[in-house]
Amino acid sequence: MTGVASPSKGAGEMADNILEVKELTKYFKTPRGLLHAVDGVSLTLERGKTLGIVGESGCGKSTIGRTILRLTEPTSGQIIFDGKDITALGKHEMRQMRTKMQIIFQDPYASLNPRRTVSQTSAEAIQLNHLISDRKKVDERVAELMDMVGLSERFVNSYPHELDGGRRQRIGIARALSVNPEFIVCDEPVSALDVSIQAQILNLLKDLQKKLGLSYIFITHDMSVVNYFSNDIAVMYMGRVVEKAPVEELFKHPEHPYTKALLSAVPVPEYQEKKRQRIILTGEVTSPVNLPDMCRFRPRCPSACEECTGPEPKLRELRKDHFIACSQI
Amino acid sequence: MENKNDVALEVSNLVVEYVTSDGTVHAVNDVSFSVDRQKALGLVGETGAGKTSTALSIMNLLQSPPGVIRQGKIVVNGFDVLAMSDTELDKVRGKEIAMIFQDPMVALNPVMSIGDQIAESVLKHEKTSRENAFERACQMLEMVGINRSRATDYPHQLSGGMKQRVIIAIALCCNPHLLIADEPTTALDVTIQAQVLDLIDKLREDYRTSMLLITHDLGIVAEMCDEVAVMYAGHIVECGTVKEVFTDTRHPYTEGLFDSLPNINDRAAQLKPIPGLMPDPTVVQEGCAFAPRCNYAADDCFRNQPMFKEFSGTHKVACLAYDRRGFSIERSRRNG
Repeated sequence: MTGVASPSKGAGEMADNILEVKELTKYFKTPRGLLHAVDGVSLTLERGKTLGIVGESGCGKSTIGRTILRLTEPTSGQIIFDGKDITALGKHEMRQMRTKMQIIFQDPYASLNPRRTVSQTSAEAIQLNHLISDRKKVDERVAELMDMVGLSERFVNSYPHELDGGRRQRIGIARALSVNPEFIVCDEPVSALDVSIQAQILNLLKDLQKKLGLSYIFITHDMSVVNYFSNDIAVMYMGRVVEKAPVEELFKHPEHPYTKALLSAVPVPEYQEKKRQRIILTGEVTSPVNLPDMCRFRPRCPSACEECTGPEPKLRELRKDHFIACSQI
Repeated sequence: MENKNDVALEVSNLVVEYVTSDGTVHAVNDVSFSVDRQKALGLVGETGAGKTSTALSIMNLLQSPPGVIRQGKIVVNGFDVLAMSDTELDKVRGKEIAMIFQDPMVALNPVMSIGDQIAESVLKHEKTSRENAFERACQMLEMVGINRSRATDYPHQLSGGMKQRVIIAIALCCNPHLLIADEPTTALDVTIQAQVLDLIDKLREDYRTSMLLITHDLGIVAEMCDEVAVMYAGHIVECGTVKEVFTDTRHPYTEGLFDSLPNINDRAAQLKPIPGLMPDPTVVQEGCAFAPRCNYAADDCFRNQPMFKEFSGTHKVACLAYDRRGFSIERSRRNG
């Protein structure tokens, strides 16, 4: 395995990338045809950094997160984690690999086993992976984890239903941290939470990143959250990355018409003397089934023209580190 | 009475409780506010603040049991809602007051075409034929940006944004005086949210409808409302014009809400979450409900219930800290 993987690492990589995704696709069979949930997405994540993936429902952002961990199998493409191609790993090897890669889910109500206590949930992965065998040491580790995520010790034997959404999400984080991962996919970790609790969890994730040197893929639909949290951002539309840039660059100089509309649609909590002019997109996202070879955003694009009926634009570097898939710019 | 024509909604001293086997939940505790004609008031707060209980009381739709309106008076366009019988209420609901619910997926009847659902409301309130009502339904659909050919479609054939448009069409088809929108865009994607908010804004202008907008999103309030009331644990803690509350914030909880939000225009700003959790609504607290989470709380905050202090004709704040000389919150010091 390593023999296959190492040349690809050496091929022109200077930055220390913990994760590289190459031309990842995930198609689902539906009665109406193939659904292109993820369609040729390439991403890189530098160690200790956060890559934000934004987009609306159905754009494929969660599928990417799950496919990277191979919780759903990719249709094609390569996932290179820590220099190792994990796409071809067997079940057993993949399970070991997942001690380094973890995921935090959106809905803390649905992603916890209601019949397991906080300590059971946090200890489960440790025991499954035989990381610690001594029962007492496991308890110590659980206490340490709970402290790390800011859960008071008195909840150690509580069940999820006894806790509020913020605390439940803390359990989800403790569970992810229990195996000492290097990389975590955060799939909408705060969208089910109230704003004051949302801020607590965002700060916790940021502190943990600093303390443990974690690398994150942060999946969200919330532009202000991704702005606060990420180093780089990839904007997705119907299974494709349409724009990718460092966060300041993307927010200051958005180029793709979709990114512009997305940014302009976010209601800003500031008093404005006059109403802000917003870009209002017409129409809605359709599902990516049986797509013609054409820009997918064209039907809703305010700046679409005749040429846009041509073949689907590829992601290209517009400026340094700023990538865009649009034939107009 | 004298300025009755300028006020679309007046809520006075509303107290709502839910009586359950685990104790009495004090959902709304002595809340008063009003919405001026053709204006929009935003009611802001987090889960459990009592926003939806307030809205349901205005429609007199509170499920009882367990819900009980203990006290209060609600006047919509001259109608004393809480004193009316069910048959009288039927004439007011949909005609005088209409409501848009949060989840468009459950607010529509799945076995009735959307055209019929809009026409149903027209038939209920106007003496007209089925054909005319259906024609009106088609016109309403076009108004909310849905092709009239889809009037015979069923809810499952529509996307989330379109369903919410249908609900808006039902709400506005009888030209109500007051529209209550309870988190109307929370279930929608941001570009669809922008479409729907834009639509509500435009229709409200055309129909001269007053609006009570319930939301947890201060951004939506800034874009849609004239005035805002901030709720915490069943109390209104601060209210005023959007300009006053956003640029001259006074209540520590309102400040906490603003500081919890990542600012899209200022990436470097540190998030300052409000410590702790919402109080247990079954326990009657002495003193200010926010005191246990408040950075400025002093001894008297835990003993005395704060009264409204007026900072202007419209700007009112319920906070005891302003009894102390020279008190100001950090946000107002920052903003100068």
